[in-house]
Amino acid sequence: MIRIDSVTKRYPDGTVAVDRLSLDIPDRAITVLVGPSGCGKTTTLRMINRMVEPSEGGILLDGKDIRQQPVNTLRRSMGYVIQNAGLFQHRTILDNIATVPRLLGRPKQQARARAAELMERVGLDTALAKRYPYQLSGGQQQRVGVARALAADPPVLLMDEPFSAVDPVVRKGLQDELLRIQSELGKTIVFVTHDIDEAIKLGTMVAVLRTGGRLAQFAPPAELLSAPADPFVEDFLGADRGIRRLSFFPTTELELQTAPVVAVDAGAEQLASRAGAPYLLVTDLDGRPLGWSEPDRLTAGAVDTDRLLPYGRPFVPGTDSLRTALDGAVLSPTGWAVAVDGEGRAVGVVSQQVIGEAIRTAHSRVAEQAAEHAAGQAEVKAG
Amino acid sequence: MNGFFDLPSDLQHSYLGLVGLHLREALLPVLAGLLLSLPIAQLCVRFRWVYPPVLGLTTVLYAIPSLAFFVVLIDYFGQSETTVMIPLALYSLVVLVPAIVDGVRSVPPETLAAAQAMGFGAVRRYFQVQLPIAVPAIIAGLRVATVSSISLVSVGMLIGNQGALGNMLYDAQIYHRPVLAVNAVLTIAVLGLLADAALVLVRLLLTPWMPRKGAAR
Ligand SMILES: Nc1ncnc2c1ncn2[C@@H]1O[C@H](COP(=O)(O)OP(=O)(O)OP(=O)(O)O)[C@@H](O)[C@H]1O
Ligand SMILES: [Mg+2]
Repeated sequence: MIRIDSVTKRYPDGTVAVDRLSLDIPDRAITVLVGPSGCGKTTTLRMINRMVEPSEGGILLDGKDIRQQPVNTLRRSMGYVIQNAGLFQHRTILDNIATVPRLLGRPKQQARARAAELMERVGLDTALAKRYPYQLSGGQQQRVGVARALAADPPVLLMDEPFSAVDPVVRKGLQDELLRIQSELGKTIVFVTHDIDEAIKLGTMVAVLRTGGRLAQFAPPAELLSAPADPFVEDFLGADRGIRRLSFFPTTELELQTAPVVAVDAGAEQLASRAGAPYLLVTDLDGRPLGWSEPDRLTAGAVDTDRLLPYGRPFVPGTDSLRTALDGAVLSPTGWAVAVDGEGRAVGVVSQQVIGEAIRTAHSRVAEQAAEHAAGQAEVKAG
Repeated sequence: MNGFFDLPSDLQHSYLGLVGLHLREALLPVLAGLLLSLPIAQLCVRFRWVYPPVLGLTTVLYAIPSLAFFVVLIDYFGQSETTVMIPLALYSLVVLVPAIVDGVRSVPPETLAAAQAMGFGAVRRYFQVQLPIAVPAIIAGLRVATVSSISLVSVGMLIGNQGALGNMLYDAQIYHRPVLAVNAVLTIAVLGLLADAALVLVRLLLTPWMPRKGAAR
């Protein structure tokens, strides 16, 4: 664990960049530092690998003061990724990635083999190995930056706005890739961003800093959204935190209806039996959704697929969140969301009302848990 | 053109001998200048306040006529090649020091931060990151310094046959053979062009990592 213990950083010009900050950064999880520009995120991150020395307080790594080991030994045990990647423009991609293993004295061949392995891990074509940084796109360069940080297999990864210089589509790809790599490698990651959505998506824990380098709140993202500590955090989270919070509620318990789902070749008898539903979801012969229709517009055995209403974006129950389900229902002109299995076959439909109930249930469950937690804490204090 | 390459015997060299001598007298000072500039430039990068006075000093050195240098240096080194080469080496500083300083400073701050974060010590960072990235700027400086040094060697004729190809200019006068002067000037120009081309080639070989002109992105 990395323990930041009431650390203050005052720059020589008097700027207080970080003010009595204490954080316990959990192992094998992503901790995100988020906050407005100039709130001391980079300073905090750089104090962890001693690129900046604290003015007061200290930082412990697994219980030991980070100043106890030689500074370059410490740094080589922590991967570091920055905006624009900071690649060595005069070295090939392979040699960029092999940098830290080489610094650690590994033989060249071994370091390069390791680098090639990492290129694959971060989703880079090994055909790029002999290229130079200027021959790569921004997104590719950023992947090289991540690979380079991982090359010596450090337990800790420090990332300073690594994805902020690439376009939103590439950024989403890089974020998903990071989550995948993290699920495989289980590093202790400290991730700096000013993008609250990125923080909520990636963070196991999120520390919101305010200008002046003070901690506003340190909590898991779901808790941040449901119980912002103060108006600053609430404001920073943005207007639609209620909707975003739904990302943390599962769709496992949503009650799906299968009756309004009919195949495109449904006979007259089958259609008649479903006539009670306001809309029917028509699927192809494999069960993949095609679109909605009012029951009386359907002709048995000869459905005109061109006249079907669009069905929005389907969700996968159990995998996707209530947010995706609600989004699907809102997007669909019928107000119903379509649930599909992993192969995209319709497994049922669910109405906005049912989703609404599921949201209320989830909310009250969280409230109960919070109350229990508070009661538990009170008992601990009392006892 | 009979005897274009036949030189008077007082030059004590064949044509090619003079060319070799000329190159040595021109290039050794640039090499010495480079070796001198590297630490000076590094000082200027480390301590910003050092740079303006150093720049001022190199400019003043450049403004001193070589004749003045010769007057002082002859007392120590006589009428020798060394006497000619010392001022040339000092002149090269005026181009090389700023070229190296600019080159080293052109390394992007995030590259330096990355190097620091990966655990490069200062020395390793200088030799493995800053210097290689400064190579294009350094060679640009070397090109100017080399060409000017090749043309400046000729003044060595002022201290008695130490001007290599420049000595031919003197002989052209005393023997009334203007063709000798034409030969000297043309040869010096060709040497300058060849040296310049050689440096461009060196740069291309040393910097495969630079975006090529005309190449996509
Ligand atoms: N070397 C320095 N000397 C003086 N002040 C500094 C220095 N580095 C940073 N600061 C100041 O410290 C404060 C925090 O800077 P820091 O770079 O940590 O912010 P940040 O949260 O990373 O901001 P951003 O999101 O813009 O990157 C700022 O007010 C900044 O101006
Ligand atoms: Mg920053």
